[in-house]
Amino acid sequence: MSSGGAVESPMTAPSSFGEFWFVFSRNRGAVVGLAIVALFAFLAIAAPWIAPYDPALISDGALLKPPFWSEGGEPGFWLGTDDVGRDLLSRLIYGARVSMAVGFLVVVVSLAVGTLLGLVGGYAGGWIDAVIMRLMDILMSLPSILLAIVVVTVLGQSLVNAILAVSITVIPGFVRLVRAQVLVEKSKPYVIASRTFGAGPMRQIFINILPNCMAPVIVQGTLGFSDGILNVAALGFLGLGAQPPTAEWGTMLSDARSFIESAPWLVTLPGLCILILVLGFNLLGDGLRDALDPRLQK
Amino acid sequence: MIAFLLRRLGVAIPTLIGATVIAFGLIRLVPGDPVLHMIGERGASPEVYAEMRARYGLDRPLTTQYFLFLKNALNGDFGESIVSGQPVWHEFMDRFPATLELGLIALSLAVLIGIPLGVVAAVRRNSLFDYALMSVSLVGYSMPIFWWGLILILFFSVKLGLTPVSGRIDFAYDVPPWSGFLLIDVWKAGEGWPAFKSALVHLVLPAIALGTIPLATVARMTRSSMLEVLGEDYMRTARAKGLSRMRVIFVHGLRNALVPVITVVGLMAGSIVTGAVLTETIFSWPGIGRWLVESVLARDYPVVQSGILLISLAVIVVNLLVDVAYAWANPRLRGRL
Repeated sequence: MSSGGAVESPMTAPSSFGEFWFVFSRNRGAVVGLAIVALFAFLAIAAPWIAPYDPALISDGALLKPPFWSEGGEPGFWLGTDDVGRDLLSRLIYGARVSMAVGFLVVVVSLAVGTLLGLVGGYAGGWIDAVIMRLMDILMSLPSILLAIVVVTVLGQSLVNAILAVSITVIPGFVRLVRAQVLVEKSKPYVIASRTFGAGPMRQIFINILPNCMAPVIVQGTLGFSDGILNVAALGFLGLGAQPPTAEWGTMLSDARSFIESAPWLVTLPGLCILILVLGFNLLGDGLRDALDPRLQK
Repeated sequence: MIAFLLRRLGVAIPTLIGATVIAFGLIRLVPGDPVLHMIGERGASPEVYAEMRARYGLDRPLTTQYFLFLKNALNGDFGESIVSGQPVWHEFMDRFPATLELGLIALSLAVLIGIPLGVVAAVRRNSLFDYALMSVSLVGYSMPIFWWGLILILFFSVKLGLTPVSGRIDFAYDVPPWSGFLLIDVWKAGEGWPAFKSALVHLVLPAIALGTIPLATVARMTRSSMLEVLGEDYMRTARAKGLSRMRVIFVHGLRNALVPVITVVGLMAGSIVTGAVLTETIFSWPGIGRWLVESVLARDYPVVQSGILLISLAVIVVNLLVDVAYAWANPRLRGRL
């Protein structure tokens, strides 16, 4: 997790890493979330070594084989095969790679753009702030799927465009969060003192204010992973995201729909992976919120 | 109240303009000739092509084109579907009630089940019930509903054979649209109980799928809002006066705890649309969500463009009405929104 490094730095003062870990580790949900995320991260990184087959490899003699515990299952294919004879377990493992990358990219893009806009708007104020916030209001009041559909219609259906589309819908959350934080920090004595010593806007924004806005941004970023993974998978399911034969869980689900009666495992397992991973990030995000920023605690 | 209305309109109008710009820009940002997109791949005679160019003012500056687009929209001209040749407005009005009916039932489920669950969890804080509900609701909150819908079909339709897999009503019934809400129209058409039952069993699974995330949200919000209220002084006073526990919880507590919950529910229109797109695709529900996705996949640009505009408009109007209704009912909110 990228938050590990940030947590140790003085950004989250006054809590040191030890204090953070003390609070975090007593939250059972948060630890479960961390374990889930760590497991999927491991699967994503180690996919080429632990997946029994290549995710695109077609075994002619093994179409729609059920998992090994059901009747007719083959020990060679633990979780069975799909309609063209690809190993489901291998595709699910490679799917972890796709979804982790998707979540990461959505968070990086939306966090970078959103934080920048929030910093600029909050620090500059005036019409710049007004324009940014009105744009964000528009983005937030339109259903996210409509914006995603617009982006995908214009740019075409692909995984990259789906990531871009979902990132845009996640941006306003970061902007509002950072802006609110900047407005609080801006009038604090340390910022005013720094200004009297001649600090320019760039120094104020990036060196003085930004580090003090990081705790809620980290929490939002973690929750952004679940938004990103869920929504990109949804677009994949609708045929507007990743295209077959990519081993993406949403796309796999959409392919499996016609086999819901004959091969239910093709439907249950990819969706279960999405649910568990999204749940993991949500648990982790809640835990981080409680541990990093007591003010946000509910 | 007037000041509140003006302020609220001040937010809604730029959003509306934003939606028109997005819809207008859509067809022009797609690489290639917009007229060819609108006519479709089968092509058209040079006369039709020239007429289309003139109608959308494509030979004139972009700003003129935009105002022409607005003018056409205000006159109810949203273009025609490439696929069906029908006016987009008709196609929208045919499908909108189906989505509205599904969305309203899903939201009702969320509210009627979520609020009592949240209250009980708050009153019995840290009990087994509380932990169980909070865990289940977090799962519900994280649910990929496109998968959840399929699981519901797998269990209730395929395994148990209890519910149909798709559509709004059995083909045997011919119900002419009147209100657009099938649960009402079956009575108007004189089909009676069997048709009503058929419409209801078709509605159950999609409503559960669409209502799951709102239900989880409502239960969690009610719990946390109720917990806050339970700690208020007036609650202690009410107890000290000798009022019964139930009366204190429901009359004094819940009424105050519901304010934030109702606000969130009212503003769920946007997420219901997002959910409806997925739910309708899974259950072949003939609403606007499925219509929009099919149009994107068929590259039916006029439908996508106007569909997005009309759906955004519906969401903006609903949000506005909800805000105004709350401000009217609860004067304390006027300053905050």
